[in-house]
Amino acid sequence: MIAGRATVEAAARIEPVKGRSLWEDARVRFFHNKAAVISMVILVLVALFASLGQFATPWSNEEIDWSMLGSIPEVGGPSWENRHYFGVDESGRDLYARVVQGTRISLMVGIVGALISVVVGTAWGAVAGYVGGRTDTVMMRIVDLMMSIPYMFVLILLLVVFERSIVMLFIGIGMISWLDMARIVRGQTLSIKNKEFVEAAIATGVSTPRIIARHIVPNLLGVVIVYATLLVPQMIIFESFISFLGLGVQEPSTSWGALINMGAANMRNDTPWMLGFPLAFFVVSLFAFFFIGDGLRDALDPKDR
Amino acid sequence: MTAFILKRLAIAVPTILLLIVFSFLLMEAAPGSPFATERGVPPAVLANLEAKYGLDKPLLQRMGIYVWDVVAHFDFGPSFKFKDRTVNDLIAQGFPVTLTYGFWSFLVAVAVGGSLGVMAAVFHNSWLDYLAVGISIGAQVLPNFVMAPILVLIFTLWLGWLPGGGWRGGQIEYLILPVIALSTSYMASIARITRSSMLEVLNAGFIRTARAKGLPMHRVILRHALKPAMLPVISYLGPAFVGMITGSVLIDVFFSTGGIGQFFVNSALARDYSVIMGITILIGALTVLFNLLVDVIYAWIDPKIRY
Amino acid sequence: MYRRTILAMTTASVFALGFSTAHAADVAEGDTLAEKQVFSYRLLDQFPTLDPQLNEETAGSHVLRQIMEGLMTQDADGNLRPGVATGFEASEGNTVYTFTLRDTAKWSNGDPVVAQDFVNAWRRAADPATASPYAWYVELTQMKNAAEIVAGKMDPSELGVEAVDDHTLKVTLTQPVPYFPAMTSYATLSPIHMPTVEEFGSDWTAPENYVGNGAYTLKELALNEYFTLVKSPTYWDADSVIIEEVTGLVINDVNQALTRYESGEYDMLEPLPAGTYPRLKTERPDEAKSVPRLCSYYYAINQRPDSQPELRDPRVRQALSYAVDRNVIVDQILQGGELPGYNFAHAATAGFEMPEIEYAGWTQAERDAKAKELIAEAGVEDLELKLIYNTDENHKKIATVLSQMWKQKLGITVTLSNMEWSTYLDVRRGGDFDLARVAWCGDYNEASTFLDILTTDQEQNDGKWSNAEYDKVIAASKTSDHPATEYKAAEQILSDDMGIIPVYHYANTFLLDPAIKGFPMNNVENNWYVKDFYRVAD
Repeated sequence: MIAGRATVEAAARIEPVKGRSLWEDARVRFFHNKAAVISMVILVLVALFASLGQFATPWSNEEIDWSMLGSIPEVGGPSWENRHYFGVDESGRDLYARVVQGTRISLMVGIVGALISVVVGTAWGAVAGYVGGRTDTVMMRIVDLMMSIPYMFVLILLLVVFERSIVMLFIGIGMISWLDMARIVRGQTLSIKNKEFVEAAIATGVSTPRIIARHIVPNLLGVVIVYATLLVPQMIIFESFISFLGLGVQEPSTSWGALINMGAANMRNDTPWMLGFPLAFFVVSLFAFFFIGDGLRDALDPKDR
Repeated sequence: MTAFILKRLAIAVPTILLLIVFSFLLMEAAPGSPFATERGVPPAVLANLEAKYGLDKPLLQRMGIYVWDVVAHFDFGPSFKFKDRTVNDLIAQGFPVTLTYGFWSFLVAVAVGGSLGVMAAVFHNSWLDYLAVGISIGAQVLPNFVMAPILVLIFTLWLGWLPGGGWRGGQIEYLILPVIALSTSYMASIARITRSSMLEVLNAGFIRTARAKGLPMHRVILRHALKPAMLPVISYLGPAFVGMITGSVLIDVFFSTGGIGQFFVNSALARDYSVIMGITILIGALTVLFNLLVDVIYAWIDPKIRY
Repeated sequence: MYRRTILAMTTASVFALGFSTAHAADVAEGDTLAEKQVFSYRLLDQFPTLDPQLNEETAGSHVLRQIMEGLMTQDADGNLRPGVATGFEASEGNTVYTFTLRDTAKWSNGDPVVAQDFVNAWRRAADPATASPYAWYVELTQMKNAAEIVAGKMDPSELGVEAVDDHTLKVTLTQPVPYFPAMTSYATLSPIHMPTVEEFGSDWTAPENYVGNGAYTLKELALNEYFTLVKSPTYWDADSVIIEEVTGLVINDVNQALTRYESGEYDMLEPLPAGTYPRLKTERPDEAKSVPRLCSYYYAINQRPDSQPELRDPRVRQALSYAVDRNVIVDQILQGGELPGYNFAHAATAGFEMPEIEYAGWTQAERDAKAKELIAEAGVEDLELKLIYNTDENHKKIATVLSQMWKQKLGITVTLSNMEWSTYLDVRRGGDFDLARVAWCGDYNEASTFLDILTTDQEQNDGKWSNAEYDKVIAASKTSDHPATEYKAAEQILSDDMGIIPVYHYANTFLLDPAIKGFPMNNVENNWYVKDFYRVAD
């Protein structure tokens, strides 16, 4: 559940990107990677589904189709005539509309988690790495300290103990997601900081915040992007685990994790669509994220040309 | 090296102390009482319960007593819910279970994941590579709360080969399904890390030299490539360990193994404060120690790191 | 826990003669016993303790009923039958009870069970030093000085119970409690073997130390995993106990539990996963059972002075209740033989006469029309309500469906909010809700166990509905010769004022291997004794 060191290592291997032409190269390389391009297309489609899918159905995500209740295994399956494209869930609500809405939440969780990690982790790591000395020591010790807290346990506690909300979920995800990023960014910053262009900037009297913002951070982007892409699926998996424990989003809202959990619970009730559709979206999207992450890494990593 | 270990220990101690205080205060802030029931507990009965568990003392005094008992005696106090047991009893029962299946899952994840990764790297861009990558991503994205019931459905109900749950002292047939369910996603991560680091190592100069000398491939891999390629894997073991312990929540729910995860979730739900704190602190301390151990191993293997 | 059904019999002061010499398992004619007499069942959660005085929940009570025996026990229909006591005599207007103990009763270590063992146990249950969460149960018996002892104002030795000799136990109560003998069947009032407790302290409940007086003894216990009991050779009626070994498996996940039942791992699964009863009834007609269970499911409406003013208008409350299509809930969501609820007390409650609730007889269309009319009449617009429930599959489904009914029929927006059990109790007691899910299970089989909790100053009355007339009728029922009349009147008042929204009356759905015979299907409190079971050959 903790954002894997795998991705950390993978991202850490990337040398800081030098200059614009490299970005161009990377773009070309990326588009030569078929799996990554197909994944990109799939993700765009999933995003479109999440944002516009609601317009294709007369049902909302909370409306109950009373005619279905009580005989869902027999009549609740996917059907074109009654416009339940994916069938209905265990309470007779349209599964298509719920998957649309769940996709929205899950993507949001993934992206917000990644964003928090990008913003906080980059700032933290860049400052620690660039300023160095005692500031660096203190800042990185804080990261070490936070990394040894059993987060999943603390998050379970938070969600159990306080009235749950999506805000609490974001707080929980935000707490853990930036730590690895901060470490990677710091490492990269250390190697950039001694480069000539930074020394030149220092010599011409540019202020420290400005150097970090204008010279250090742009050169970290490659690493940050790759790592963030690989972080999105981790966050989505993380949320699904929380949902499995029954601690996810509040009804009638839902998420992939909650839908899959509902489907898995009904696995024996002759309602395969309840598991099938959400699981398909979940698996396909996560595959796509992983492939894009790999593709980006290969594209931005000059060594593996 | 000794200085390095001492330095890390010096951070570990305040970390754990902070963790104790943090979990204590979180429990303090939590609404809900461990003694609450649908019926409601009469005030006199509640007063007796609070007196028995020392909840009638002021906050700071209680915290002081708690921290002292934990630090000086490794005593986490009595459980509020399991009325005739102490937290130490519960940990003594649950922790060895979690550790056992965690250990085997760990081993399986490293062995299978490592081999899969090496294979994928050696046969880079062949169908074997694609298969290995496909399997590992697939294993990573299939939620284990979906996999666990499917495993039981297949191996218990349809085939009747394995028990669907229980522990019975950790007999092998009770171990298999939990280990598969727990190790899969870590196996996948390890395969992916191994693949990419192996690819990098195989492209390095010294390997090309070894190949050029005419050494057979398997020798090159075993003698020269494996050790450096395992470095990133080793640094992943820390998070993997935490993940395995966390994953025990799910394993215990599905396979009734009686491990620590079950105690944790149930205690959180029942507000069994002392058990929650005991387990959180234990896991936190172990995480700190394990990370330390990983760093030491890393330093020992990687000649580039100096202290 | 105890039944008022025996009330009718208590007019006879000597009760012992009335008993049949009930043996444990009665094997029906034509049944061939199976070779291996074992019984295994699934537990949802681990019981926290097997200390009878500290136990406070059902899972532990089920086990304690096998390994400890009180003065009285229950038979298959929930009627009282002799346990350690062979009989009792009630005197001074049901305030003094003298129990005669059988001289064959033995502890599992061979010691005889004597009256002092009960005295010790009951004092222990009330003693503040024990801090039993069920100390209130001792108070509830009205035993002399019980309340003072629990409050720490008197020494436990002052409790109104004494051992006249080894086989005579005398109990003194402060008020007449005609159902006192029935209360002795509950775990809290089991005897205890003090030498064991004193020797091992809190470790006395470990299998190697446990000393009980029931038909079974504790053999193994692995927390959150399983436990086993074996037949006790020292039990006074051991000759008629047929099942040799009992196993309980803790399986948290309901669906896992079902899969493992279907693989033939154990004999009884309770409760069933939500919504699976119809399928199981078709697939396993001999195994799927549905029996009434003394619990009532309803929604409390917040009536506190600071609550939404609309909810304090009875018309709005009626409209909310009328708009609930209970048949949808019981027939299409729960599907386990539950009954639609239009009143509070469970229909199967002993001696309870169902009131004639007017809207129960209407069609749902009529109810909906009336509900809309009432809402219009009350001038309610854009009402937004907060509905709370504790995290659970069934509660979620019901809340979802109800909120949609109210939204579609009455245009009322309902926000759902679920939380974990402990937090939930806190929030509900605190009144931070408009509608709250409540389920109340009868402590004993008599309507007052339900109706009492809606009187004004009851702690369990979470909606704080208050009706002077209702309180008066309930007070009158306490001294009435025929309380059923008052109960009926009380239900009528409750329904007219719609103090709560009744939803359904429980049924207990479970799977039981047909080879297991002797299960008490008619015991609405779900109290079973494995010593009554036997397994037939396939």
